[in-house]
Amino acid sequence: MSKKFTERLGFALLAASAGLVLLFLGMILFDIFSKGISVISWKFLSQPPHQGMTEGGIFPAILGTFLVSIITVVFAVPLGMFAAIYLHEYARPGRTTRTIRLAIRNLSGVPSIVYGLFGVVLFVQMMHLGTSILSAGLTLGLLTLPWTITACEEALKTVPKAYREGALALGATKWYAIRTNVLPYAIPGMLTGVILGLARAAGETAPILFTGAAFFLPHLPKSIFDQFMALPYHLYILSTQHHAIDKVRPIAYGTALVLVALILLLSFSAIWLRYRYRQRLKG
Amino acid sequence: MSLETAVSEPSNMRELEIVLREARRRRRKEELIERFFFLNGLTAILVLGGIFALLFIKAYPAFKELGIFQFFTGAVWNPTSYSTPRYGILSLIVSSLMVTLGALVIAVPLGIGCAAFISEMASKRLKEILKPAIEILAAIPSVVIGFLGIVLVNPIISKLFGVSHGLNALNGSILLAIMALPTIVSLSEDALRAVPRTYKEASLALGANRWQTLVWVSIPSALSGIIASIMLGMGRAIGETMTVLMATGNAPGLTFNFLEAIQTMTATIAIELGEVPYNTTHYYTLFVIGLVLFIMTFVVNLISDLILQKYQEVER
Repeated sequence: MSKKFTERLGFALLAASAGLVLLFLGMILFDIFSKGISVISWKFLSQPPHQGMTEGGIFPAILGTFLVSIITVVFAVPLGMFAAIYLHEYARPGRTTRTIRLAIRNLSGVPSIVYGLFGVVLFVQMMHLGTSILSAGLTLGLLTLPWTITACEEALKTVPKAYREGALALGATKWYAIRTNVLPYAIPGMLTGVILGLARAAGETAPILFTGAAFFLPHLPKSIFDQFMALPYHLYILSTQHHAIDKVRPIAYGTALVLVALILLLSFSAIWLRYRYRQRLKG
Repeated sequence: MSLETAVSEPSNMRELEIVLREARRRRRKEELIERFFFLNGLTAILVLGGIFALLFIKAYPAFKELGIFQFFTGAVWNPTSYSTPRYGILSLIVSSLMVTLGALVIAVPLGIGCAAFISEMASKRLKEILKPAIEILAAIPSVVIGFLGIVLVNPIISKLFGVSHGLNALNGSILLAIMALPTIVSLSEDALRAVPRTYKEASLALGANRWQTLVWVSIPSALSGIIASIMLGMGRAIGETMTVLMATGNAPGLTFNFLEAIQTMTATIAIELGEVPYNTTHYYTLFVIGLVLFIMTFVVNLISDLILQKYQEVER
């Protein structure tokens, strides 16, 4: 009897904890959507802030996040992809390979603020790139590097070994086999991982705090050497640093909604792409 | 012209030479390509080593000027004082560990419970809701969580505990728990799913019910994976910046009271690096904090890595 009771109670607790996790997510999404949606309009998305950021839109922040993301992708994707090709196609088991893998796993655990410190010293100070879109994009690129490598390697793993062997047996060189018989099948999977990494990078604030994000800029950035406004940093400012925090709260909610919507959109498109790709591999 | 036809006509030495030269050229090209990919593969080591090296180089002047001892024994962090700037990071370390501990107290039972629910109880349909939900939770940016800490958790805490405002260690712990949950749930669930079915079946056959099987068989077998997931969640919590920066009140001082405002290591860097001139003592001390943070998360990640590695060896 008591044994039965313990089992019931235990399983009820498990269900409750799963329910609680769902509730957290529900509360987060509901609060942001319900309070942010009223601010969203075409004007909000297309205009710069006015009157000390108490009115107007968030267009410069959207543009800034977009521009930085481009730098991040251009920098991190080739590097991550090539590293993954080495690890999966060329690397022989041994100390070097083990060390590389250890480094990748540890890199993904390095706090984002530490990447920020690193970016300040390396890109802003040593390479004289200044606080700019370029410095921030490169810093975020380093941050996403371990995720990109892992995702690209996972994609390479899904290509059957026979594809490589078939090409090699016909006399192709190793690189030719990889280029024609492996990469075309792995690229959709890589793309999925890259988009997911980008979604995470777009929401990061700590690495761009000192490498280029600006409180407020009267003009849009003209080149990649200019400072920029970014969605996550804008939200941080509006919710903690602004002189009239209560007045700008609706705009903060609107910014949060745009940021979350952007990230969910990216994530869902990645998941959709992965689904399509898996269907194709099956068929 | 293939190698075979050239060999079959040994008289035609010139053609053989051409073919051999072509083969050598190809091999050289292949070697170059391999070396190119190898260099790209090395970037991960380079970046990790580079981060450590630069942090150390920038922290070194502070060590030299103030001595290592002062940092870790002093509890007063007041680097901007005109008369006697104080650079004790003990209170910052304690604050970071405090919110991390608070987060784990919330996230560990909840995370393991949720993972056990997914792997042992949930129907296929429910799984298809829960697993993406956890992925979405992981995708929500820390600055948004921090924002909700201000607008949502803050008033609840201040009302519930009767304190003037709810931006304190408790608020930070709750938010960090939410951020650590996806890591703990998904990795613990992997570990639980990897427990061989025969273990569970043997336990059930001996008359244990499903709860007893979970508590006495499944969880102990998956323990190393679960511990590794907790360590990874812990690493994330120690290094998390924006949520604690926004939600813990940022008052440097040594306290163990969860209802008081605190300032973590990450928040200190985030607040002060933007304000100090480059290459001053204060600037260098921020890199000392960064270095400590880097080493702490490195050790935590390494331990979880070792546990996972060992566990995979046993499984295979």
